[in-house]
Amino acid sequence: MSFSIKKQAEVVVVDVEGQLIVGNRQELKQKVLDELEKGEKKFLIDFSQTGYIDSSGLGVLVSLSKKIREQGGELRLANLNDDLQTLFELTKLDTLFQISDTRERALESF
Amino acid sequence: MAESRVACDLQSPSDVEYIEGVVELATQRCRELKLSPAKCSLNVPVALSEALSNAILRGNDSTGGKQVRIRAIVSDTDLVFEIVDEGRGFDLEECTQDCTTEENITKEEGRGLFLMRRLMDRVESFRREGNVVRLTLRRE
Repeated sequence: MSFSIKKQAEVVVVDVEGQLIVGNRQELKQKVLDELEKGEKKFLIDFSQTGYIDSSGLGVLVSLSKKIREQGGELRLANLNDDLQTLFELTKLDTLFQISDTRERALESF
Repeated sequence: MAESRVACDLQSPSDVEYIEGVVELATQRCRELKLSPAKCSLNVPVALSEALSNAILRGNDSTGGKQVRIRAIVSDTDLVFEIVDEGRGFDLEECTQDCTTEENITKEEGRGLFLMRRLMDRVESFRREGNVVRLTLRRE
């Protein structure tokens, strides 16, 4: 499991490889907060290489979304597979986040 | 009554770093038992991960030296996971909250038990040589 961060246009894109769970959620949170502190405003988390997400992982996404909005920024999500889509629907987090089918569409939406 | 057998019996140190490996082992057994792909990729890993997190962080209070035991019991109809910690147990009804309400949806915590109960067919909590959380999933 790892997180890679790169900048595409003006958007900070984070790839979540493997699981986003209680054991690694703080690492994701810190990486994104570090970028926010540098003044970045637009964030996209891409789940195309993600296995599963637990409640701690979902909680970190909610927390990051709040912190980014407080700084006048935006967090968007892309590439949820069927299982992740089900998870977001069960928790109704699909109503809280702007979610795109592809990274390209998400990048265009900013 | 359907015959049942132990499909997996593991003991793990009480540390969240071990969760992913334990879940992977259990999920592998589920694939061997021909559970549906969705149950192997969503229901089992997420519900088991939640139960293990609760056992380690709340049941065992993140205390080093404690253990978590994970047993999987399989019958023709059901797959049952029992996660045992060294804590005092908890009231499942009292602790489960609806994380989808307007008040709760923006909270960082409070989705674990909700997800367990939505992804499994039955969730029980009781005491028997420790605090046991039992997750039951129908195989069909």
